[in-house]
Amino acid sequence: MAILVSQAGRPRALITGVGMVSSLGDGADGHWSRLGEGAPVRPVVDDSLAAPYALHTIGEIAYEAQIPGRGDRRQMGPWQLLGTYAAGLALSDAGLAGDDEAKSRMNLLVAAGTAERDPESDAAVLERVHSLPADGAALNRQMMDTLRPTLFLAQLANLLAGNISIVHKVTRSSCTFMGAEMAGVSAVENAVARIRSGADQLFLVGASFLAAADENLCILAGLGRAWKGPWRSVWQRAGAGGGAMAGSVGAFLVIESGEHAERRGAPCYGEIERIVSGRDAPGSDACPIRRVTGELAPGPLLVLSGASGIEPHTGAERQCLEELRSRGFEPAVRGFASVLGLAEEAHFPAGLALAAIAARRRAAYDPFDDSGFEQPARAVPERILVTTSGQWRGAGAGLVVPAG
Amino acid sequence: MTDRTHDDRGRPIAVITGMGVVTALGVGKDDNWRALTDGRSGIRRIGRFPTDGLRTTIAAEIDFMGAEPRVATMCFDLAVLAVEEAIGEAGIGSRADFPGLLVTAVPPMELEWPERRAIAQSAAARAEGANRHITGLIAAAATGEWTDAFANVQRECVAERLADRFGTRGLPVSLSTACASGASAIQFGVEAIRRGEADAVLCVGTDATVNPESLVRFSLLSALSTHNDPPEGAARPFSRDRDGFVMGEGAAALVIESMESALARGAGMLGVVRGCGERADSFHRTRSNPDGSAIIGALENALADAGLPPGAIDYVNPHGTGTPENDKMEYLSLAAIFGDRLPEVPVSSNKSMIGHTLSAAGTIEAVFSLLTIATGTLPPTINYNTPDPDIPLDVVPNVKRDRQVATVLSNSFGFGGQNVSLVLAAEPH
Repeated sequence: MAILVSQAGRPRALITGVGMVSSLGDGADGHWSRLGEGAPVRPVVDDSLAAPYALHTIGEIAYEAQIPGRGDRRQMGPWQLLGTYAAGLALSDAGLAGDDEAKSRMNLLVAAGTAERDPESDAAVLERVHSLPADGAALNRQMMDTLRPTLFLAQLANLLAGNISIVHKVTRSSCTFMGAEMAGVSAVENAVARIRSGADQLFLVGASFLAAADENLCILAGLGRAWKGPWRSVWQRAGAGGGAMAGSVGAFLVIESGEHAERRGAPCYGEIERIVSGRDAPGSDACPIRRVTGELAPGPLLVLSGASGIEPHTGAERQCLEELRSRGFEPAVRGFASVLGLAEEAHFPAGLALAAIAARRRAAYDPFDDSGFEQPARAVPERILVTTSGQWRGAGAGLVVPAG
Repeated sequence: MTDRTHDDRGRPIAVITGMGVVTALGVGKDDNWRALTDGRSGIRRIGRFPTDGLRTTIAAEIDFMGAEPRVATMCFDLAVLAVEEAIGEAGIGSRADFPGLLVTAVPPMELEWPERRAIAQSAAARAEGANRHITGLIAAAATGEWTDAFANVQRECVAERLADRFGTRGLPVSLSTACASGASAIQFGVEAIRRGEADAVLCVGTDATVNPESLVRFSLLSALSTHNDPPEGAARPFSRDRDGFVMGEGAAALVIESMESALARGAGMLGVVRGCGERADSFHRTRSNPDGSAIIGALENALADAGLPPGAIDYVNPHGTGTPENDKMEYLSLAAIFGDRLPEVPVSSNKSMIGHTLSAAGTIEAVFSLLTIATGTLPPTINYNTPDPDIPLDVVPNVKRDRQVATVLSNSFGFGGQNVSLVLAAEPH
């Protein structure tokens, strides 16, 4: 699809709220204090839960802070709890939590992958049919007795959006993009396109991803994409075959038109000045990194690279970023999957959240690793490139600039 | 700019130049339309797996595909049939080169239970340590024996394969709004055209989830009809003795283009998407707000988007699932919109014959709505033998009717509270 670039006289797409929960902590300030200038970066990794694969997992969360109704919380498993919580954080951060009128005009875009199963029910059914003949009748009866209907709804990927609508009263329009990393890219792209066209003014966009959910682990490990072994930065895995470390993240952004933000005096992190996606492999002529930087004047560029460690995607992206140097850019690269993990459908929203935080702080993150590929930033970031490539295929890139 | 290829808000008009459909009634528009207008049902006793112990033993299964059914592969195969018919009719692009975007409405794709069992057994044999369940599972996954299974639960896999097969442009989009998904896919395509992002979009909806777990899940929600005998008589939208929906499988595809682009290449236009409207419900995960506000909101938004008053609608293709709740709520919402005129607006449910095709329903029923316009024939609502006195609708009972209609309202309401309505018309202005 064509690149979407901010144009004079057309509405701008501004990030006015960040709701992020990861292994590093909770909220914009929480993440800045763990990753910001001067802070030592220590990824939070669990290497025993899913040995021999290591994961970034999230600790205890006080869900009731954003989902006060116990009845609401009981309708959800951990995937929806994380997402609904992060959505609430974003709304609070944008100053909209109590504004039912604005939320009734808010469009909700969620990216979702494997949604949610009830592992206890599954285990119970498997246990009971284990010694029975492998015919359908026994299985049918066990499922009828054991499965819980309300959690079934969570297998419908749109139920995270449904719960966000119910709990947070976000009720204008709602759409769930299905897939992994590219679903997150498409969701953001859709919000930006609709704002730029003047059709819509106010969006809540994001996703929730659980690293330790059975299906997520099975897909990464089963398709040979998972990094085995202790933590290394994404740039340091190629020699051993590469691979991703999954990372649990809930990341939601409030994105609104400049006019809407101004009218309500909204706090602003930055503008998504351009965004593009496509199926061209990282490093190819038409890859998103090339297309986003194509018309940019050379100069300093903070790069929040979503490179996951999976090869050959990571090596190709690295080459593309190194090439930026020879084109006159001074890229200060930060591989955010090194510190958050690969957050799949939440990955691109998380990268944008980190970009937004840096834009508002008017400061770059220190290198996330000691590979030498990530150089200190010499200047306050005026342009922040955010990239994400699909673990399977596809890629997206966006440019965040500080709000004027 | 006001010219005949833009609407009165200056937006490019979105027209349909090709359509394809597959349901339990058959492959292709001709077979489907003949069966639908004849009042034939595609609902049968389930033959694909044992139904002992299940309260519902019927569905509109597609059993003529032959291949081993797995959700992702069947969804893909059905979609391919529908897309080939649509692209063939549109005469757009060339083989494996569709000059536009792809958006697909897809269901959840999960491991089948036989696989789940086999993986669990393999995992149990490898489980060790404190986190036996997960370590065993990962060890089983990593043997590489289940690559196929895992590749087919990637939610984007159907769209990616369709993009490969038909050579669409850009990132393929897969989306879900539960039972409204098919309509959401059309809305997504129309909006992309209106924003000038594409001259053509291939909008696809596909669903092939008649499997034991889906049946059990819907059954536990008391959503499915248990009138198993005779199967063809189970789906009874708007009847007093309706007791739930019947699952159905199917796919449909629409080639939607900007009118300007369609005219430029001399394409035949089968109809126009005049308007799309949606509204999310914040009331409950499976039930609509009893005041009908979200559904009424979706219908009003669709009409407003089309720039048309309710009086312009000649016929409604309803969500019409045959559940006690939906049909009552839908009637009340239509009454709120059409007022005294409602008795004159026929409302007939395709689901009485093809079942509820879930993620595909919005696209399949859009195709049938356009065929209704094109042929001047209203398909019936079958099994209408005991009218519900609380739902005084003209449901085109049991037998088709000849009637020229130019503007149709097509509704799709999803679990999770996402409601979408489309205004489809013969003419752009």
